[in-house]
Amino acid sequence: MSTLTQATGEAAAREIPARRRRRVDHLPYLLLLPCLAVIAVLLLWPLGQVVMMSFYKLNSVRQLRGDREWPWVGLANYAQILGDPFFRTVLRNTVLFAVANVVLTMILGTLVGLLLNRLGRKMATFVASCVMLAWATPALTGTIVWKWIFDDTSGLVTWLFNALPDGFSTALFGRSDWTGYGWFNDPLLFFAILTLVVVWHSFPFIAVSVLAGLKSVPSELQEAARVDGAGPWRVFWSVTFPVLRPVFGILVVLSTIWDFKVFTQQFVLAGGTQDRPTFMLSIYSYAEAFSPPPKYGLGSAIAVILTLILLAVTALYVRMVLRQEDES
Amino acid sequence: MKKIALNAAGLLVALFAAFPVYWMVATSLKPNREIFSATPRPVPAKPTLEHYREILTGNLIPGVTFTDFFLNSALVAVATVLLSGLVALLAATAVARFRFRLRTTFLILLLVVQMIPLEALVIPLFLMIQRLGLYNTLPSLILTYLGFSLPFAVWMLRGFVAAVPKELEEAAAIDGASRAQTFRRILFPLVAPGLVATSIFSFITAWNELIFALTFVNDQHKYTLPVAMTFFFGRDDTAWGSVMAASTLFTLPVIVFFLLVQRRMVSGLVAGAVKG
Repeated sequence: MSTLTQATGEAAAREIPARRRRRVDHLPYLLLLPCLAVIAVLLLWPLGQVVMMSFYKLNSVRQLRGDREWPWVGLANYAQILGDPFFRTVLRNTVLFAVANVVLTMILGTLVGLLLNRLGRKMATFVASCVMLAWATPALTGTIVWKWIFDDTSGLVTWLFNALPDGFSTALFGRSDWTGYGWFNDPLLFFAILTLVVVWHSFPFIAVSVLAGLKSVPSELQEAARVDGAGPWRVFWSVTFPVLRPVFGILVVLSTIWDFKVFTQQFVLAGGTQDRPTFMLSIYSYAEAFSPPPKYGLGSAIAVILTLILLAVTALYVRMVLRQEDES
Repeated sequence: MKKIALNAAGLLVALFAAFPVYWMVATSLKPNREIFSATPRPVPAKPTLEHYREILTGNLIPGVTFTDFFLNSALVAVATVLLSGLVALLAATAVARFRFRLRTTFLILLLVVQMIPLEALVIPLFLMIQRLGLYNTLPSLILTYLGFSLPFAVWMLRGFVAAVPKELEEAAAIDGASRAQTFRRILFPLVAPGLVATSIFSFITAWNELIFALTFVNDQHKYTLPVAMTFFFGRDDTAWGSVMAASTLFTLPVIVFFLLVQRRMVSGLVAGAVKG
């Protein structure tokens, strides 16, 4: 009995692959079909639509529902945006914010990653767990807590500044009573706090990724360099960094993409879409489209500009991932 | 000496990272007198659950309770997870188990669509939702989040499928199991843990999302929790005790789920090089 099954089994093993391979041809495509449909309908189609919408003047929901005409305006929306001096403010805000946040996140994340690698087992676990908390916290609630910390009456920061010696505080900032001070009113200060919130949310990912990368570097390399008399700075740039370079590349690109389109944190911190001086591209697009009076065409044009900027960064990312895939 | 410095730096990092979360929970447990006192207390002196009682029994927005919003959010998130898990599993199996002509093209597509700035899709998706007559419905959000979570779910899941030894399925096939049987009895149970991890990721995506939920749903009874919280928070931004209690209840499931899967997140995002 068992020899029989074995024999037919072997025969089948010889036959099946050949027969299967011919029949199977359609199967992978069938399995992919639902996924491709979702991607096409919910991501690619809208991406095309936003480009199309940017060429029309769309100022009411009725047009969207199809009850009214869509007047074609060509590049007028783009001309209007690019000709508006306010757009330059928005673009400057976006780029400066993204650069500052990427740099700070990378530096802090890398330092914490290196630190976690050097700490003792128990301490490393403790610190890593705390770092995870910041990462896990949703953008919404994380931002609300920071807003509470910077509350102008009972916030911790307000209390902290009030606790400074009066003379010192006056000499340095020109005021000693900080109760009622609007931390979010000055655009520069607003961006500083937004940076704090965004860096707090995003450095854990960098730290954990760098740590994962470090674990794959044989520690003998670093030790050897240390024995040869290299200082920590030298060890990092000559030994650790070159090994981690591909990881760093991907992390920088991912952070850039994320920081270019920060929305939730800004929306919550600014309390909506009214604070125009602190606008960045994504919230600008949203506000133009959805704050009354709606301007869907104009908003779309801004969204397209944002997408084009990110597309350039993405091209870089895909090239890097593919190269890594080849190497492994 | 050096060790002390390192440990001190570690404590500092831990404090910076964990403090806001701690402060959220601590504030939610303080009576109003402590919250608004001139000198903040690091630890609640007289911990109280009054803010939680307030949130859970009262109305977050007139006429609608916290529980209603919680259920809306849960419904949207769970539906997203089920749909996205199913579709992703099929696609991941195709990519990890078969060699076919457009395989690499598909993988590149997955990477590229993950980089589409979703914020740029609010307007066209709003158009689609209006045209489909889904405005002001929860399915509008389920559909949206399905699109958002799927590419990463496939990307993550293909690693899990690839990790199941092919020999097991071949053995089952030799023993006469049909393709469907092999999938159900062999592959599915072995991939299940990966599916759970992937699902948690999709859940968090759907649970946390604010902009689309804010735009596609106008009826207060259908708000998801994040939207309700921004309204509640915007209307009464001095009721910090209740705001922090609501924030804590919103954050807790995310943190628990997140800690379960964070390892996979890192490998999924960075090592695009998971083999498959």
